[in-house]
Amino acid sequence: MNLIGTWIAVGLTIAIFSFLYRDNPLYKFAEHLYVGVSAGYWVIYVWAFDVKPMLIDEFLRQTGFEKWILVIPAIFGVMMIMRWISKISWISRWPISFTVGMAAGLGITAAVQGFIIPQIQGTLLPLVSIGASPGQTFSQSLNNICIFVGVVSVILFFYFSIEHKGAVKIGSKVGIVFLMVGFGASFGYTVMARISLLIGRLSFLLNVVGIR
Amino acid sequence: MKFLKLLSTIDRRIIYLAVGLVVIIPLVLKIKMPIRVSREVETAYETIENLPPGSVVLISIDYDATSAPELTPMFRSVLRHCFRKDLKVLYTGQLAIGLPLAQYDLDMVTKEMNAVYGVDYVNLGYRPGGVAVMLGMGREIRDFFATDYKEVPIDSFPMMRTIHNYNDIAVIVSLAHGLSAEYWLQYVVSRFGIRMFAGVTGVVAPALYPYLQAGQLTGIIGGLQGAAEYETLVGKAETGTFGMPAQSFAHLMILFFIILGNVGYFVLRRRQ
Amino acid sequence: MKRDVPIIITFVTGVVCVVTFFIPHAPFGGLQQRFLIWYAIVAGFAMVLGLDSLVKYNLKKIRQRKSGWLYSFVLLFGLALILVTGFQSWIQYRTPFEVKSSFMYTYIHMIVPLQATMFALLAFFIASAAYRAFRAKTLEATLLLVAAALVMIGRIPLGKMLWDGFPLISDWILNVPQLAAKRGIQIGMYLGLVAMSLRIILGIERTYLS
Repeated sequence: MNLIGTWIAVGLTIAIFSFLYRDNPLYKFAEHLYVGVSAGYWVIYVWAFDVKPMLIDEFLRQTGFEKWILVIPAIFGVMMIMRWISKISWISRWPISFTVGMAAGLGITAAVQGFIIPQIQGTLLPLVSIGASPGQTFSQSLNNICIFVGVVSVILFFYFSIEHKGAVKIGSKVGIVFLMVGFGASFGYTVMARISLLIGRLSFLLNVVGIR
Repeated sequence: MKFLKLLSTIDRRIIYLAVGLVVIIPLVLKIKMPIRVSREVETAYETIENLPPGSVVLISIDYDATSAPELTPMFRSVLRHCFRKDLKVLYTGQLAIGLPLAQYDLDMVTKEMNAVYGVDYVNLGYRPGGVAVMLGMGREIRDFFATDYKEVPIDSFPMMRTIHNYNDIAVIVSLAHGLSAEYWLQYVVSRFGIRMFAGVTGVVAPALYPYLQAGQLTGIIGGLQGAAEYETLVGKAETGTFGMPAQSFAHLMILFFIILGNVGYFVLRRRQ
Repeated sequence: MKRDVPIIITFVTGVVCVVTFFIPHAPFGGLQQRFLIWYAIVAGFAMVLGLDSLVKYNLKKIRQRKSGWLYSFVLLFGLALILVTGFQSWIQYRTPFEVKSSFMYTYIHMIVPLQATMFALLAFFIASAAYRAFRAKTLEATLLLVAAALVMIGRIPLGKMLWDGFPLISDWILNVPQLAAKRGIQIGMYLGLVAMSLRIILGIERTYLS
């Protein structure tokens, strides 16, 4: 059975790779199969890890208030599915509002405490940083100045409430330099990521054929 | 002139073939290359290395098959490291479709390291809710994970008797291909003050350097190179290390094509 | 009912989440925990919403014999296969994720290779796109190209073998200018997120209700 499964995997892999030559029925078959099985997977997961353990099993396990309060998320869940019926799809706004309100409320504190404050703290570095040697002092200080200037100039670049002229224009141009270097570094890392995925797939094919 | 025009208009299928060959040949020839360990991977390694035996590590599988080639070698290496140091592992994830995939690696490494389920590690499985689950675990894990991935009550496991929330967990390791690592940082690390390092794909890694510099992360394992570096530190070469020669030649090939395209473009432009 | 109640729900849940951050004790702490559990349950139901439109669209395509209707059969077959194996495995093993189950078999031999290969194609496309479009036409483009090249060479073992300086330069680029750029972008982004979240909680932003 494992052998059949392995060859199914190989066949599907080659079907997807065939797109590199040109679009063809084999690729389209694999692509549509992918969408179908992925969608089905989520349904199974929702049942196995959400509806059953957190709602049904909990409802059967709990007693009193803790038991009956679970009716509320169950009703919210059913209201969410009402989106399928266009005449009463407005009902789904209630659970959507609940999830949006939660996300917004949690997001504010996470953004401020989890990012903005620590990152501003991380930017406020000593512009002259004394190291173990003059060389270290120079390099650390230069790096700190670079980081500070970089962050401020990039934020200035995206500040559109005032016209970019004079000192603001110069700052903004410095910001562009940092942005280009940043995007270049991201591109380099992205290339690495994509090649790694190809290495993984080709390793699998070579393994099956017995070359690796 | 014709040759120059050819330089900047190579058929895309030739490029595809070149990339394919430059990846396959090093894999077939099993070329070896020395791996240099970067500071950010070293600090990630030290985070686990400096933990006393019996400490609890929460590993969150936040990736799926689309990123498995990069993150699976990291996962295996971190697991080996944890079990070698006699640490307890709690295994969960924020991406439903990735957990069963990593289950295979978990089974393989636990067998290799003679780890016992319920004593050395527990698989909590997945619950939808993302940040809701992350935050809720800060109060009581059992509110979301009363049972493990096979619906066995977690209180029946010896390891779980003293683990209730993040106060009982020493380190979080997020292996992520999207925003999950940042969610762990913003919602959990900042609020509960727990240490964390992240193993991420090459696409996500650059975005985490600000967190590393600000002290919110103790390390970053970035991409297949990062995986190879961690494997080097753990002392067991795996798919990360074996893939680096192919990675190296592919990078040079892509740079070659970029230079070729630019040469053709500029010379043609000058002639015109 | 249709608009006012949802806005009130958004306001109450948003305020509870913010207040609980500052007052984690009872009753707020317990209330937030309860809301978090409900959020997890409701999020699960939301995940299956997309299924309806997918199935309806493909059934319509088959009924009307539109171009490519045979592929819709393939899609629905894949969906049905996973549902059948999933529920069969759950009945047999009490969980679909038992390693020996038919569901895990289809997962490992179909879902994983399909997902992984779809993304592996990107390696080819990035090479082709870089060759075709990556031109050092301006100073900014040249900076981008040089930074990309240095990181690509510095991050591979061959880089150190060619010259010891490549990994050091790559590390510096990632830890200084790249860090500064990302931090600047993200500070702006999160300030915007805070502003938008406040607008949503206060009912000024209502686009999510449409």
